[in-house]
Amino acid sequence: MLYKIIVFLPLIGALLAGLFGRRLGDRGSMLITSTLMVIAAILSVIAFYIVAIAGNGPQNAVTIMRWFDIGSFEADWALRIDTLSVVMFVVVNGVSSLVHIYSIGYMDHDPHKPRFFAYLSLFTFAMLMLVTSDNFLQLFFGWEGVGVASYLLIGFWYKKPSACAAAIKAFIVNRVGDFGFALGIFGIYMVFGSVEFDVVFAAAPEMVGKTFHFLSWDVDILTTLCLLLFVGAMGKSAQFILHTWLPDAMEGPTPVSALIHAATMVTAGVFLVCRTSYLFELAPDALAVVTVVGAFTAFFAATVGLVQNDIKRVIAYSTCSQLGYMFFAAGIGLYEAAMFHLFTHAFFKALLFLGAGSVIHGMSDEQDMRHMGGLFKYLPWTGTLMIIGTLAITGVGIPHSYWGFAGFVSKDAIIEGAFAVNTSTSDFAFWMGVTAAAMTSFYSWRLIFLTFFGESRAKPEVLSHAHESGWVMLVPLIILSFGAVFAGMVFQPQFIGDHAHDFWRDAIYTVEHGALHQLHEFHKNGPGWVFYAPFIVMIGGLTWAYLWYLKWPHIPASIVANNGLLYRFLLNKWYIDEIYDFLFVNPAKSLGRFLWKKGDGWLIDGFGPDGIASTVMATTKRIVQFQSGYLFHYAFAMLIGIALLVSFYYAKTLGAF
Amino acid sequence: MTYDNSVLTVLTFLPLLGAVLILLINGDDHEIVNRNARSAALWTTLGTFILSLSLLMFFDSSTAEFQFEVEREWLGGNINYHMGLDGISILFVILTTFLMPICILASWEAITERVKEYMIAFLVLETLMIGVFCSLDLVLFYLFFEAGLIPMFLIIGVWGGARRVYASYKFFLYTLLGSVLMLVALIAMYIMAGTTDITSLIEYDFPAGVQTWLWLAFFASFAVKMPMWPVHTWLPDAHVEAPTAGSVILAGILLKMGGYGFLRFSLPMFPVASDLFTPLVFALSVIAVIYTSLVALMQEDMKKLIAYSSVAHMGLVTLGIFAGNIEGIQGGIFQMLSHGIISGALFLCVGVVYDRIHTREIAAYGGLVNRMPIYAAIFMLFTMGNVGLPGTSGFIGEITSLMGAFKVNSWAATLATTGVILSAGYALWLYRRVVFGELEKGSLKTILDVGPREIIIFAPLVIMTLYLGFYPASVFDITDASVQNLVNDYTAAIDAHQDISTAAN
Repeated sequence: MLYKIIVFLPLIGALLAGLFGRRLGDRGSMLITSTLMVIAAILSVIAFYIVAIAGNGPQNAVTIMRWFDIGSFEADWALRIDTLSVVMFVVVNGVSSLVHIYSIGYMDHDPHKPRFFAYLSLFTFAMLMLVTSDNFLQLFFGWEGVGVASYLLIGFWYKKPSACAAAIKAFIVNRVGDFGFALGIFGIYMVFGSVEFDVVFAAAPEMVGKTFHFLSWDVDILTTLCLLLFVGAMGKSAQFILHTWLPDAMEGPTPVSALIHAATMVTAGVFLVCRTSYLFELAPDALAVVTVVGAFTAFFAATVGLVQNDIKRVIAYSTCSQLGYMFFAAGIGLYEAAMFHLFTHAFFKALLFLGAGSVIHGMSDEQDMRHMGGLFKYLPWTGTLMIIGTLAITGVGIPHSYWGFAGFVSKDAIIEGAFAVNTSTSDFAFWMGVTAAAMTSFYSWRLIFLTFFGESRAKPEVLSHAHESGWVMLVPLIILSFGAVFAGMVFQPQFIGDHAHDFWRDAIYTVEHGALHQLHEFHKNGPGWVFYAPFIVMIGGLTWAYLWYLKWPHIPASIVANNGLLYRFLLNKWYIDEIYDFLFVNPAKSLGRFLWKKGDGWLIDGFGPDGIASTVMATTKRIVQFQSGYLFHYAFAMLIGIALLVSFYYAKTLGAF
Repeated sequence: MTYDNSVLTVLTFLPLLGAVLILLINGDDHEIVNRNARSAALWTTLGTFILSLSLLMFFDSSTAEFQFEVEREWLGGNINYHMGLDGISILFVILTTFLMPICILASWEAITERVKEYMIAFLVLETLMIGVFCSLDLVLFYLFFEAGLIPMFLIIGVWGGARRVYASYKFFLYTLLGSVLMLVALIAMYIMAGTTDITSLIEYDFPAGVQTWLWLAFFASFAVKMPMWPVHTWLPDAHVEAPTAGSVILAGILLKMGGYGFLRFSLPMFPVASDLFTPLVFALSVIAVIYTSLVALMQEDMKKLIAYSSVAHMGLVTLGIFAGNIEGIQGGIFQMLSHGIISGALFLCVGVVYDRIHTREIAAYGGLVNRMPIYAAIFMLFTMGNVGLPGTSGFIGEITSLMGAFKVNSWAATLATTGVILSAGYALWLYRRVVFGELEKGSLKTILDVGPREIIIFAPLVIMTLYLGFYPASVFDITDASVQNLVNDYTAAIDAHQDISTAAN
C-alpha cells in the first residue's frame, strides 16, 4: 500500500491540477500538487529505509491490475520494489518535491500555473512508473511518458518558436532511441517468450554465447539485445550522437531543467542499464560499447561546455558529461557506482540548476553570462549555494579517503574503478574520465567566476532590479546543498562500500569478484598517483579558470576575438546539429516532397486513376452531354447498382447449375 | 423469434428503418424538417448503439463459434441469408455503432444543405457497414460491401468540398477495380464449392494453385480498401473533400473492411496462398509505413496529412495480420479498432477548426492554444495516440502487431518500426504549426473554444482511447478465442501443405 501511495500521489496531483486547475485556482493547484509531492517524498524516505536499509521490502511485485495478455505476451501494471527502485524513489520524489516548492516562487509571474504544476506532477508519476516497472513494457510506458512530460514542459512557453522547436526535437531524438529500445523489447520477447523481468533475468544465463537470426545475420543474443536497449538509453540520457536535444531542452522553465533534464529523467538510461544488469553483465561486448560511448560523452560534452555562454547550457553539457561518467561506470561493471553517482549528482546538479534559475530570476530572465559578473553581492545566498554545488561537482575532497563533497566520493570511485578493472576499454574510460574531470573543474569555476565575480557586465537597468530570491526558492536550494555536501560521505558504505552487498541484494547482478570487488582490492594496494590524479586535475582546472576569468580576462577575450578554428568548432558543438540537418532532416523533407509530388502525383495517379480517368472522361463526354457534376455522379452510382444487379443475376443463374 | 436469431437482423436494419422514417418527414418549414431529420438520425443511431451493446453482454468469449446466428433461405442455390458474429467481427460492429452517433452530432451544424438526404445517406451507410461485419454468406457480404460505396460516394460527391467530383470519381474508380475482381473470384468459388456460405467455405479445401488466384482477386479489393501502397492515392483526396463525418466513417470503418476481409477470407480460406504472398504484403506494408509517413511530413493540408498517416498505420495492420501469429493478428485487430477511434477523432479535430475558419490549410492556423485551450488539450491527446504513446490505445496496437511481425520477419518489423520516429515527426510538427505559437492571424483572433456539443462528441473518444490504452485486455479477452482458432487453423493448413509438398518431392 505504501508503495502504491508513493506512486499515485503525484498522479492524483496532476489530475486535480490539470482537470480542475481553473476551479482550484493558482494557489490551490500549487498547494495541492506540492503538498502531495512532499508527502510522497517523506514516504519515499520511509520506503528507502524499509527496503534498502532494513531489508524488509516486499518479496514479489505489487500488482495493481492486469494490462494485457496475448498468449505468452503478457504484462501487468505492477510495482517492483527493490533497492534500485527505492533509491530512485528518493531521488525522484525528493528532487521533485523541492522543485515543486521552488516553482511556486519561480513561476510567480506565469499565467499558467495549474498547467505547469500538473505537468510536473504528471512527469513525476511517469518517472515512478518507469523505475518501479516489473516488465519491459511498463518500463517503456514510463519511458515514453516521461518523454511526453518533457516535451510538454520544454514547450511550456509555447509562444516561443525556439521552445516549440526544442520540444519537438527532444521528442523525436528520443524516439530514435526508443526505436532501438522497441526492437530490443521485440527481440527479448522473441528469445525469452516473455517481457517480465523475472522470467527474462532467470533465463539469461542460458543464452550466453547463443545466437539468433536478426535481420540478415546470426548474431549473439545477449550482445544484440543489450545494444538495442542501450540505444534507448543513449536517447533518454543524451549520450553522444543522440545528445543534441538536451542543450536545446534548456528552452523550458529552469525548474524543469533541474528536475527532468538533470536529476531524474536523463538518468533513466543509466537506470535501465543497471536494472538490466542481469543481461548486460553477461554481455561483455555490449558493456564495452557502453563504456566507450559513456567515456567519450563525458569527454565530448565537457569540451563543448568549456566555451558556452548561456549559463543553463553550460550546466546542460555538464549534465551530459556526468551522465557519461555514470554510463562508463556501468560499462565497466560498477553498476553500484553508477547508481551512486546518479544519486549524488541529483543533489548537486539540481542545486546548480535551481541556483542558475535563481540568478536568471533575479536578473530579469538574463541567461547570458557575458552580461553578468560581480553578482555575488546582489545574490549572496544563491552565490554561496552554487559554490557549494561547484565544490561538489568538481570533486573536492581528501584523496584516497571518503572525506569530501558528494561528487568527490562518487566520481572518484568511478575513475578509480576504471583504472582498477584494467581492460582496454576501461583504460580508455579512465583517461577520458580524468581529462573530463579537468574540464569539469574549468567550466564549473568559469561559470561561478563569470557570474558572481569580477567586473559586472550586466546592463544597468537589469542590475538595478537584481535581487536575491525569496525563501520559497532558497529553502529547496539549502536542502539540496546538504545533499551536495553529505550524500557522498554518508551513503558511501551502503552504495559502494562494505555494506554494498546487503544494500543492493538482488537488485543488481554482477559476476563473482566483479568490478566492485576489484575496486575494493585496488583501494588497499593500488598505485597512489591514480587516487591523486583527479584531485590534481581538479586543482588545475580551477587555477586555469581563475587565471583566465579573474586574473587575466583579456586572454579568453582575445581567443573569442580571434575566433579560431578550435573555438568555433567547440562553440558550434562540433557542428553535430548541422551534420544531422544535412544528413537526415533535409533529405527526409525533400524525399517526402518527392514521393508526394512525383511518386503519388506523377507515377501512381498519372498512370493510374488520372490516366484512366482522362480517357474515360473523353469517351463519356462524347457519348453523353452531362451538364452538372451531380448528375454525373449519380450516373456512376447507378452504374454500380447495375453491376450489382448483374452480379446477382449471375450468381442466381449459376446457382441453378 | 428469439433474441439470438433476430438481434443481428434488427441491428442491421434498424438504421435503415430510421432512414425510411426520415424520408417520411415532410413539411414546408425547412428548419423544422432539418431539425427533425437530425434528431431522428441521432436517436436511431443511439438506439442502434445501445442494442449493439447488448451483444457484448450476451456474447460468449470463451468460444470461437459464430454466435447470434440466423440463417434463412434467400436467393436459392445455397445462397442464404446467413448472419453471425464471432470474436473478430463483433468489435467492428460495436465500433460502427459507436462512431455513428458521434458522426451525426458532428454534422449537426456543419451540414445545412439537404440535411434530410444527408442523414438518410448516413443511416443507409450504417446498415450496410453493420451488414458487412455480420454477413456469413459471401453474396450477402459482397452486397453490403459494395453497396456501401454508394452512400459514401454520394456523401463525398454531394456534401464534399471544392474538388469533390474528382475525389469521388477517384474513389469510385479504385474500388470498382477491386470489386470486379472480387466478384469474379466469388463466382469461381461458388462454382467450385457449390456454396457461398462463409463457414462452409472456411472448411472447404481449395487447391493450392486455385488459392493463389482467388487470393489475388480478393487482395485487389481489400488492398484498395485498406488502402495499401500503391493503391492508396484515392484516400487523401477522398478525405480532403469529404465532410468531417464522412472522413470519420471513411477512416473509422470503411478502411477496416479491408483488414476484416483479410481476416475473414484471405487467411482462413486461402491459407497456402496467404503464406505464399506474405513477403509481398510485408514489402507493401513496409513501403506504406515509410513512404506515406515521409509524404505526410510535407503535407500542407491538415486532412491530407492525417489521411497519409492513416495509410501508414494501416501498413502496421497488414503487417500484423500476415504475420499469422497470435500477437500479430491480435495487434492488427486492435490497431484497427484503435485507429478507428483515434483517426476519427483527429478528423473531428480538423472539423472543429474547419467549421470555424473554413480552411484546412495548415499555414492558415497557428497559436490556437491561446484561445482554445480545451481544444488544444484534446488535440494533444489524440496526437499522442496517433504517435502510439503508451497509455493510449495506439501503443498497444502498434507494439503488438510489430511484435507479431518481428517473430516472423525481423527486417520487415525493423523497417516498419522506423514509423515510430516518422510519425512523431509529422504529428508533432502538425500540432506545433496549428496549435502552438503566437496567435497572429487576423482570422483567428475571435475563434472560440470547443462548445458543449463538441465536448460531448469528444468525450467518448477520449475515454475509449485511454481506456483501451490502460486496459486493452478488455478487447483481447473478446477476440482471444476466435484469433486462437484462426491461427491454429492457419498454421495447421500451412503445415499440412508443406508436408504434402515435401512428400511429393
